[in-house]
Amino acid sequence: MGLNSFKRALWVYHLNSGSCNGCDIEILAALTPRYDIERFGIMLVGSPRHADVLLATGPVARQMASRIKRIYAQVPDPKVVIAVGSCGAEGGVFYESYSLVGPLDQFIPVDIYVPGCPPRPEAITEAVIKAWVKLEKA
Amino acid sequence: MSNIKNMDDTKEVKTSYTIPIGPIHPALKEPIRLDLSVDGEEIIDVDVVVGQVHRGMEWLGMNRNNPIQTIYLAERICGICSVSHPFALVMAVEQAAGIEVPPRAEYIRVIIAEMERIHSHLLWAGVAAHEIGFDSVFYLVWKVREEIMDAMEYLAGNRNSKAMFQFGGVRRDITEEQFPRVRKSLDYYLSIFDQLGNIFLKDKTINMRTRNVGILKKEDALRLTIVGPTARASGVSKDARQGHAYSAYADMDIKAITPDVITGKVVGDVYDRIVVRLLEIKQSIEIIDKCLKEMPSGAIISEPKVAKLLAVLKKAEGEGIGVHEAPRGECFHYVRMEAGMDPLACWKVRAPTYANLMAIPTMLKGEQIADVPIAFASIDPCMSCTNRAITVKQPRKGTECLLDLHELSLEKTRRLEAEFDR
Repeated sequence: MGLNSFKRALWVYHLNSGSCNGCDIEILAALTPRYDIERFGIMLVGSPRHADVLLATGPVARQMASRIKRIYAQVPDPKVVIAVGSCGAEGGVFYESYSLVGPLDQFIPVDIYVPGCPPRPEAITEAVIKAWVKLEKA
Repeated sequence: MSNIKNMDDTKEVKTSYTIPIGPIHPALKEPIRLDLSVDGEEIIDVDVVVGQVHRGMEWLGMNRNNPIQTIYLAERICGICSVSHPFALVMAVEQAAGIEVPPRAEYIRVIIAEMERIHSHLLWAGVAAHEIGFDSVFYLVWKVREEIMDAMEYLAGNRNSKAMFQFGGVRRDITEEQFPRVRKSLDYYLSIFDQLGNIFLKDKTINMRTRNVGILKKEDALRLTIVGPTARASGVSKDARQGHAYSAYADMDIKAITPDVITGKVVGDVYDRIVVRLLEIKQSIEIIDKCLKEMPSGAIISEPKVAKLLAVLKKAEGEGIGVHEAPRGECFHYVRMEAGMDPLACWKVRAPTYANLMAIPTMLKGEQIADVPIAFASIDPCMSCTNRAITVKQPRKGTECLLDLHELSLEKTRRLEAEFDR
């Protein structure tokens, strides 16, 4: 993986831009004891200002568009954005809706995409590890 | 601000202060805005603003190529209730198109729906513990929840989107060989049930934070038409599985659970909601157990060929309703089908949170700000289910909004009555 050491604990912020909760509960499942990415110090934080990684879900509802831009701006550099779920990547089943303005990469630069509806916790864990590699190289 | 203005004239003018919470806030799991009017720590009034995550689901469902594609959309109304919405939708379409469902399929539907209830209630218990800062319980509950997720994955092939439903039956069978795995999960939950009960009902912290918090009285629950565990915790004996007795629930003899079974009296607070959900986990285990024992043999779908099913759906004309007791309450779907038209002519969804949100102002009035997260989470809100409409444009001055129309209507009734009396 090219990862020499775990130089720092990653803190993630979870951003819901209009998702169906499917990905959101899988993110929580990844953090809780079965999958337990907290053992690497990866922690969900309450404020984007404390985060290194933005875990963004959902196909971007119209009212959330300006808010996700503001939240992205609040995350300090260096930062990585992970789009969790198919709808964050390309709209998913909601692709033709009048009320959506996504996908996510139209508003914020996305580094890692996790496909799946919803993706399994293992896939989310892998994405966070990829984000870690990216941050360490930065 | 007004206090400063009146500093000269010694008398103080008390004003309330508005605190907006959300749409994005650490205490909320999903985007929604609560505008709290507070006086010191006390909440005087609450306004709930929804619409942030409106995805236009109903419109999408009416614009798919055919109703079968709408099932997959219904599954994604909410990732947690990914059985409840398809369940209600297929029942509505089956009623509209007059499609029969084989008895074995009804049992499989009930098994998977009750498994979802176990997973959803455990999920809620964890989130509620997190809201009061009891994270060790949150982790414990999510750990035990993985057992039912494994069982569902074993039966349906996926953890969340189960894709079991089809018009006229189910897409996958539950065979005899699979029973032992399901029974193993049920036994596991029965073995830890007392432990969970001990944590949630006897723990000092949980008792302190949930007793007499967010009280919803029975008359308020009836007046606001609250549904599901929230209504049952207020003493309203209302359960779609009991009152409506659809699908295989008709054979199950289900009684709505009210908290007085354990506590002796109904208070209608957050604690009572914990009691109801905990007992419902046990009830679900009993239902699944009974289904496994009594499941009849036979076909699992009335029309296995999709092309033939589509032809039947295209010819169908009429309207139907589907009601399912989702983990959060009564989930209601209405469809209208027109002959010669491929997609659904009309699809209307009323998710349980839509009704339960109306309880939030009543529950929060008089509480402290610190109780907002747990009181709000106690109805198990699901915003992705609820956001069925958005206000695109605020009504201009002079434009009648719904409330004014209601007033106008009342006025006319009174006027006509007065004329009639004369």
